[in-house]
Amino acid sequence: MSLAQQIITISVVVFGTVLTRFIPFLLFPPGKTTPPYVQYLGSVLPLAVLGLLVVYCLKDVTLLAGNHGIPEFIGIAVVAGLHLWKGQMLLSIAAGTITYMMLVQFIF
Amino acid sequence: MNKREMLAKAFFAAFPHTTPILAGFLFLGIAYGMYMQSLGFSAIYPIVMSIIIFAGSMEFLAATLLLGAFNPFHALFLTLMVNARHLFYGISMLEKYKNTGKKKSYLIFGMCDESFSINYSANIPRNVDKGWFMTFVTLLNHCYWALGAAIGGIFGSLISFNTEGLEFVMTALFVVIFIEQWRKEKKHLIALIGLTASVISLILFGGSGFILPAMIAILAAVTAVRKPQEQKEAAA
Repeated sequence: MSLAQQIITISVVVFGTVLTRFIPFLLFPPGKTTPPYVQYLGSVLPLAVLGLLVVYCLKDVTLLAGNHGIPEFIGIAVVAGLHLWKGQMLLSIAAGTITYMMLVQFIF
Repeated sequence: MNKREMLAKAFFAAFPHTTPILAGFLFLGIAYGMYMQSLGFSAIYPIVMSIIIFAGSMEFLAATLLLGAFNPFHALFLTLMVNARHLFYGISMLEKYKNTGKKKSYLIFGMCDESFSINYSANIPRNVDKGWFMTFVTLLNHCYWALGAAIGGIFGSLISFNTEGLEFVMTALFVVIFIEQWRKEKKHLIALIGLTASVISLILFGGSGFILPAMIAILAAVTAVRKPQEQKEAAA
């Protein structure tokens, strides 16, 4: 690929990314009243999409081979358990991540 | 309060929320820079791409695009597919990003997974300017990512300590935010829809193609429960 072609390719990726981020704001500008259905979506989608994000992080885990996702499962259990118990965001994240790192580096 | 104090207040309120991202993005950014270096790209590529694309998974994919045959339509299609989830973020942030003035374009430009989830879920103190708080969250995340990519691209070959598994910090962040939201809401139907629809479509479609089917399933399910949900709210 020539430099010009590389620049075009990168620009297209930038354009596509910007498009997905701006479309809702262009379709529903603040001046106009947003349709009730879209308002409803705006109120419920965040809750649903956070679930999607958690699953997205685990998309490369294979349950039937390798370490069967056991480090991920234990790591998430540590994060969730600590967070439900103590409610300290950084503590839950740090403890879960360190647990996961030790598991994949020394055990699995 | 003058403008400088107001900015400082917003910055120091925003920074602690971004510390998990500092760890995660520096690490992932370094990994990205090293990856680009291993493919034979000079450091300028990861630096520029991390700043102007600012969408992690898409940047890794963009590297493979650059190595393949020139096909801008394929590049556009792939970008739209991978980043379609941003549509959901945008719809969710229509209200929160209102009245942020000139900062709004930047807030939308920098709306990566992490900036979205922090800006959506953070309890911003009343005496802190919301627009600037969200701008600093976005800007700090942007800086961490670009800094990581620069370090990885320039010094990648010198880094040798064992960081295997550090990427889990992002998973941990999303789990924590999910739990925080779960606790805030009385009804858990929607959160369960998000989880179930995603898990089912991951099983059916596999890791590389599950996002779009999951989004469609989520849309269909939340639309289906709209009436009963709203009637319950009206009755409550």
